[in-house]
This record gives sequence, structure tokens and C-alpha cells, in this order.
Amino acid sequence: MSILDIRNLNVRFATQDGEVSAVNDVSLSLERGECLGIVGESGSGKSQTFMAGMGLLAANGRPTGKVLFDGKNLIGADEDTFNAVRGDRMSMIFQDPMTSLTPHMRVGRQLGEVLIRHRGVSEAEARAQSLTMLKRVQIPEAERRLDMYPHELSGGLRQRVMIAMALMCSPELIIADEPTTALDVTVQAQILDILRDVKERLNTAVILITHDLGVIAGLADRVAVMYAGRIVEVGDVRSIFADPRHPYTRGLLACTPRLDEAGAGLMTTISGQPPNLQRLPSGCSFHPRCAHVTDRCKTERPLLEVVGPSRAKACFVDVKAA
Amino acid sequence: MAQSLLQVRDLKVYFPVRTGGVLFGEYTALKAVDGISFDLKSGETLGVVGESGCGKSTLGRAVLQLVPVTAGAVSWLGSDLTQQDKAEIKKCRQELQIVFQDPLASLDPRMTAGDIIAEPLRNYFPQMSSDERKAKVQDIMAKVGLLPAMVNRYPHEFSGGQCQRIGIARAMILRPKLIVCDEPVSALDVSIRAQVINLLMDLQKTFNLSLIFISHDLAVVRHISHRVMVMYLGRVMELAERESLYRTPRHPYTQALLAAVPIPDPDKERAKKRLILTGDPPSPLSPPSGCVFRTRCGKADDTCTSATPVLDAASSGHEVACHHWRNI
Repeated sequence: MSILDIRNLNVRFATQDGEVSAVNDVSLSLERGECLGIVGESGSGKSQTFMAGMGLLAANGRPTGKVLFDGKNLIGADEDTFNAVRGDRMSMIFQDPMTSLTPHMRVGRQLGEVLIRHRGVSEAEARAQSLTMLKRVQIPEAERRLDMYPHELSGGLRQRVMIAMALMCSPELIIADEPTTALDVTVQAQILDILRDVKERLNTAVILITHDLGVIAGLADRVAVMYAGRIVEVGDVRSIFADPRHPYTRGLLACTPRLDEAGAGLMTTISGQPPNLQRLPSGCSFHPRCAHVTDRCKTERPLLEVVGPSRAKACFVDVKAA
Repeated sequence: MAQSLLQVRDLKVYFPVRTGGVLFGEYTALKAVDGISFDLKSGETLGVVGESGCGKSTLGRAVLQLVPVTAGAVSWLGSDLTQQDKAEIKKCRQELQIVFQDPLASLDPRMTAGDIIAEPLRNYFPQMSSDERKAKVQDIMAKVGLLPAMVNRYPHEFSGGQCQRIGIARAMILRPKLIVCDEPVSALDVSIRAQVINLLMDLQKTFNLSLIFISHDLAVVRHISHRVMVMYLGRVMELAERESLYRTPRHPYTQALLAAVPIPDPDKERAKKRLILTGDPPSPLSPPSGCVFRTRCGKADDTCTSATPVLDAASSGHEVACHHWRNI
């Protein structure tokens, strides 16, 4: 059974200016030990999809559909159900390690709390295990760090503490939401190495949410590309990068500057801007920015269709590899 | 060879920081920029890269005299800005402009796009007729890709990319010779980032602009720059022509930085040699003795602890500050 199975998930937010459709009819599944990369720009719904699954939507958010975690639907579940699962069988790593750690609690207590809550271990045992975990995520002078407050740590160390906390109960699923976006590139490389190690050694399933295609290329097994709250393309990481079939995926790859290629002249761009989620375009949401647009795209919405082994895309046009 | 517009010599910017308590604490100098020299030619882009806290933004601001300079010279067209009074600097600022990182925070929320873009004109040409001003605003809006109909909208009605275009229009309206771009695309989405980079490259060609392009994104810098400066803890580690720097990086720090950037290609990314730096950059309040990079450098030895390396010409136009560059 898949560890995570999302079926026809929708997330709507009620705002003063009307309803915002953040996630539209998203279906995804994830096997144990697999890493699924979720790529998209701001407002594409990549975070909200999983916030819904963790029961962490803002108060005005309303999810419909199903999020099956190990077969059990979490949409509409009560707080007790979520609290039993979160931090134990699945945990989350957020983008900003400063605002997601409690500022007035020492690192050791924050880490240990997870074990005391979920496993009922003693304080001394929790501290010992916290120390082991800090060493595993390569925090130097781990013993001393246990008694420090988050503000005494650098950004890279804080993110390691976040990862250590997520790993405390050996979860089956980790959701990493832009885990390295706030970090410098040399520290990003260290953090990605730790995540890779966790995935390979502990067989933990990982959802890696990011806007950085380079991060996806290094870690993910499969990729889902999101645009305006929908999945527009999904497939195996190598085939997506080698042969993107959706015009948006192609555009994203083409307009990402690459370190391994000398820049020549102007960059390839995607014209226009991401759509307003309150007034989504008719038909395919990407059609106003698409170079391959046809009349059909303007009126009819393409569904996610299988286009090859482990590949699916939501587009009427057959874009051939250049 | 075009003539140098800007010559920066041994520039130092130290900020006094109080360490210890209010009563008995002492002021320590935080050396944000510590002895940097470079030239910039007309129509040239200098990329400045480095991690957070390396002093790259302070360098950009010091060039424009937006922060007090502790020592050194910033010569703009032959005259030293650090020696001039406020009125003279104000005059020079017509030719020296800046674009900031956060596109929304750098625009006054209570002014319309048109007023924001026109403000430098009102500042420098108060006698200009309002018709002429309007015409100039419309003209520059078209050049940066904003519709003239948007002139009466407020910043919050624009997307991030459009706000950055307004910031660029405001910087461009006085037809400056140099724009300092401080992380201008870091807050933008990938598809919008490419549009803004193209706009900057376009404007540079049309108006023969010089750019100081400050960024932590090495791939973007490779695309837009002619020359690139790598900074670490307030000092220059390496300064070279773009291709020379990216193809044959000489400094261990540059090599580690380049190796750390993920490549959007699964096969290349997974096959590449790992050269992972350990730890974080040290505090700029107490930088290491000798070479500031030595605490994270795999090649460091006793020489690096005792002597500060100076920039050495490895080849024509390629300078590197490392004792051991010949053996790397």
C-alpha cells in the first residue's frame, strides 16, 4: 500500500474578495522510501496540498477530497487523530527554521518533547536520544547545543535541528517544504546531503517541495509540476528533465539559468505572469502564457493523461522534444 | 578599451557594534568591507557573489555613499566621492542609481506607480513642466515593459515582477550611467526572474549602462556579468573575467561555491564530485587571523594562519587571494 495517497484534493480559501481555489483536483501517490519532488512557483498550491494533508490549513481554508496516509483518510479527521500521527509517523520540515522553532525553549527540550509525547520516554532518555540525533545530522559540539536557544544557532544549524526533530520518532514520511531556500548555497549542499542520507538509510518517504529544479534533480525519484493549483505534469525525474512534455515544464527548465552552461545573449522566458487564483483563466490555466496555445485550450480544461511509462501530463498539444 | 567610470581603491566600511553590556560593553569594529579595490568600465557588468554576511550589499551601498565609508577612495569619473559634500554627492547621484531586492518594500505604498517613477525628476528638475514629466514617465514605462495605463495604480496592485519593473523605471528615468542592482531577482519566481534579467541586459545595451550586480545566485551572475568578484567576510577572494572564473576557478572558496550549486540535470547532479564545505562562515566580529577562509578550507596550513594573502594575478585579468593557488 502507498504510504501517501492523495485523491481529488481541493483546497478553497474564503477571503473578503471571494473564494480562492488554491488546490484543484490534485491526485498523487507516494511509495515507501520514495522521494517525490513538487515543483511550482509561488501560488501554485504546492505547499497547501500538503498543509491540507497535515491538518495545518489556515482557519479560512476548506479541504475536500481524500488524503490517505497508510490507508487512513486524514481529511476531516479530528485534532487528536492528527496529533497522534504528526511528529510520530509523519513530520514536516519548514522553510524558515527560526520561526518554526520555539524561541523560548532550549533545543534539547524541544527535541525531547517529541519523544516524551509520542513514546512516553523519561526526560533523561529523551535527552540521550536527542543527543544521538543531533550527532546524526552532523551538528558539531552537539552536547553543548542541547542547552542552547534557537537564536544562538546559525541558520544552517537551526535547519539541522528541524531535521533532527522531524527524525526523532523515525517517521515513515517527511514533508520538506522549501527546506534549503533560506540557506546559503554551501549550507544547502550540507542539508541536501543529510536528507539524501536519511532517505537512503532509513527508507523514509520524502515529499520535497521546492521551486529550485537543481534541488529536485539531486534528490527526487519522481517529480510533479504544479501550476495554478493543478498538477500539469508528473513522471520519473530523469525522463521529466530529459524530455519535458508540458509547455510549462519545458518553459521552466528553459528559463532556469544553469551553472554548467555559458550564458549567451538573452534568456528564454515564459511571457506574462502567474494567474490570479480568484479569476483563473478559462480552459487550461496556462493558456494565456503558452506558446503552443490552440482554440481548444481556451475553452476546455485538459485532464492529466498517461503519456508513457510513469508519465502523465495535462495538455492537448503534443510538444515534441526540441 | 573603454575608460574606467568607477575606480574603487582599498575601500573599508567598518560598523561599530557594541559587544557586552550597555554599561561596560565596548565597541568592536565589524569589518563589513575590508580593503576592496576594483574598476568598472562603461557598459560593463561586474557580478558580486558571496554568502550572506560577506559584505556584498554593503559594498554596493558604499559605492553610492549610502553608508559611511571608513577609509579608501571611490572615484567616479575621476573625482573621489568620499571627499565630497552632500550637495556634490546629490549631483552625482543622477548618474548613480540602485535597484533593491524586495520589490514591494522599496516602493512607497501610498504613491502611485507614476508618482514613484516621476519622483527623481521632481527632485532633480523641479522646473520641468508636468506635461514633459508625464511624457518621460510614459516613455520609461514602455521601455521597462509596463503598460502606460498602469500609471495610476498603487504598488500593492502589481505583482512582484511588475514592482521590480517600477523600481527599475525609477532608477532609469534620470538616464544614469551606473546602476547597483542589489539582489534584484532573488525575490522573484523563476519565470519572472528571466524576464527581469533580460530587461536589465536590454537596458544595458540600449543605454550603455554599467551594472554592479550583487547576487548569491551563481548561475544568474554567470549569465549577466562580464566580470565576477567573489567575496568572503568582507574581502575579495577572486576577481576574474566571467568565463575564466567559471571555467578555471582558482580559489578553494570559489571552487567550493561552484560545486555546491545544484545543476538542474539529474544525471550530472548525481554524478558530480562532492566538495562540501563544513560549518558556517565565522562571525565577522572576530574573523580568523591570516586568510579569513582558512577555517573552512581543506588546503589551509600555517602560512594561512599567519599571513593574509593578497590578490595575485594568476593570469591576465584573473586575480586570486590564496597562498596556495599555484598548487590547487
